[in-house]
Amino acid sequence: MYKIVVLVKQVPDTHNITANAMKEDGTVNRAALPTIFNPEDLNALEAALEIKDKFGAEVTAITMGPPAAADVLRECLYRGADKVILLTDRAFAGADTLATSYVISEAIKKLGKVDIVFAGRQAIDGDTAQVGPQTAEKLDIPQIGYMLELKSLKKDVIEVKRAIENGVEVVKCKLPVLITVTEQTNTPRFPSAKKVAVYKKAMTKSEINKIDPNQSYIDPSKYSEEYLRNKGLLIEEWGLNDLKLDPSMCGFAGSPTKVYKIDSVVLEAKETKNYEPTFEGVSTLIHELIQQHIIG
Amino acid sequence: MSREVWVFIEHNNEKVLDVSKELLSEGRRLADTLKSELCGIILGDDNKKFYKEVFGFKTDKIYSIEHKELKDFRALPYTTNIVNASKKFNPYIILFGATLTGRELAPRVASKLRCGLTADCTELKIGDYTQPGPQPKVYKDLLLQIRPAFGGNIIATIVNPEMHPQMATVRPGVMKMNEIVKFEGKVINVEPVIEEKDLVLTIVEKIKQEKKVNLTGASIIVAGGMGVGSKENFKLIEELAKVLGGEVGASRAAVDAGWIHKDHQVGQTGVTVRPKLYIACGISGSVQHLAGMIESKQIVAINKDPEADIMKVAHYKIVGDLTKVIPMMIKAYKEKV
Repeated sequence: MYKIVVLVKQVPDTHNITANAMKEDGTVNRAALPTIFNPEDLNALEAALEIKDKFGAEVTAITMGPPAAADVLRECLYRGADKVILLTDRAFAGADTLATSYVISEAIKKLGKVDIVFAGRQAIDGDTAQVGPQTAEKLDIPQIGYMLELKSLKKDVIEVKRAIENGVEVVKCKLPVLITVTEQTNTPRFPSAKKVAVYKKAMTKSEINKIDPNQSYIDPSKYSEEYLRNKGLLIEEWGLNDLKLDPSMCGFAGSPTKVYKIDSVVLEAKETKNYEPTFEGVSTLIHELIQQHIIG
Repeated sequence: MSREVWVFIEHNNEKVLDVSKELLSEGRRLADTLKSELCGIILGDDNKKFYKEVFGFKTDKIYSIEHKELKDFRALPYTTNIVNASKKFNPYIILFGATLTGRELAPRVASKLRCGLTADCTELKIGDYTQPGPQPKVYKDLLLQIRPAFGGNIIATIVNPEMHPQMATVRPGVMKMNEIVKFEGKVINVEPVIEEKDLVLTIVEKIKQEKKVNLTGASIIVAGGMGVGSKENFKLIEELAKVLGGEVGASRAAVDAGWIHKDHQVGQTGVTVRPKLYIACGISGSVQHLAGMIESKQIVAINKDPEADIMKVAHYKIVGDLTKVIPMMIKAYKEKV
């Protein structure tokens, strides 16, 4: 059975962001924004689940983020992930891609033998596409970017069709390997109603601790770590100490890139010529464009 | 310490890609500001054929790494060799094109060198940076890496104060290409490093597919956005483009709506263009879209909403219904020409 890890990320919905959502140090105040499952990470999860369906695999989804990122891990369980892990620690905050890939790669090492790591090509909050390749480098394994299609998987050799500049190529690689997946790779499945019914109760330790046991409708015995673990409903949380990490390589401290400044975008007013939406108005515009040798 | 500005020269075994020439042009400017040297680093199995073109951008030095295993791009052997050269010659800056290749290679190199990398910069400058804190520290002459962030709603300036080289990627079409001049610099042959463990990935087959849409090279682009309203209406955009002899562009919203293929997307995550004429139809003008077309020489905006952001950057505007305006434009054009 293959062991597959999928890297997922909870991202701010970048359609409605203003400079107000930024903190003074130039990092994002994620708490102030609505969040979604990063779209291409759903494709990465789908790629893993398709291998699970076809060849048999154990799929572990990992995310690094604040405690609230447990939401995307539940989403993974709803779709068929077998195991999920939340990498969360105050020391991880303010990480750039290098510090992020350090934490993620150490978590993958802790899992032991892994055959394939799938990652979405890029996250919509940064669009950097860096964490995948950097995690592969830190694990010292090869990478295949922009998978279009899985051609074959035989024992420890995978054949993949992938996008390259001005074309496609088919590559063959010995496992383990990290593969990045795009929205073109597949169509993510929907959550299974059955799995939602089960896993909506899955929780992290931080979430258990938030529950007020004095509420009359709460049965405290059902909200213990042990109870949830026995039921397979405990979402594991790993922090700095669990992974025995070097704090100087995590979060803001471990990030070589620093944000110098953030500017809101100001549109410059230009001299604009206005034309009426009539045939006469449109004709005048076309005439002017032809006169200036812009068209014609 | 060396303050060399390096550009990774991307090629397809026949010619140097335009993005590398754009970066050499930009790199020349940065190197001049730093009073330093511009260098190209080429990996391949026969690099000589690229020398003349690379030197044509007043490139002082070429670092050439040749080996048959380096003929085609593969992330592992390419990373090992760039890292090796970087450790040997200590460049101050390394620039990569934000192509599929560059976006796979640069992060891996940065991770191995433990240095910072900024993706998809839209502007590069040299400037000083003061690290805030109880004892502020001033760093002179850093590479200021400027890029839109968070869906293009803000513009961030990123620096890598400590860990050098300073690395950045830039998308094709973003930097202006200089004219090629007659110039000859030095070639430095670097011994290739080929390790068995870097060769675990093999290329079985390569299929060339020239992109059908050539937005970066188009002098006229007619682009549609959410305001076009439907796939049916989008045909109007295509028709106007055809009549004017231009290409079809689109905003992300129109692509997401399934009206047109992603290859047509203009903007920060799509293609950056600078045509002679950009006609924006039903495009509101998110910063992300503007980042991809703001350098167009003339911008015509057709929109129902007079307050749309696109109107603020347009040279010519028509406030009205594009389903009526576009057919009128086609008719008017046919009558005039």
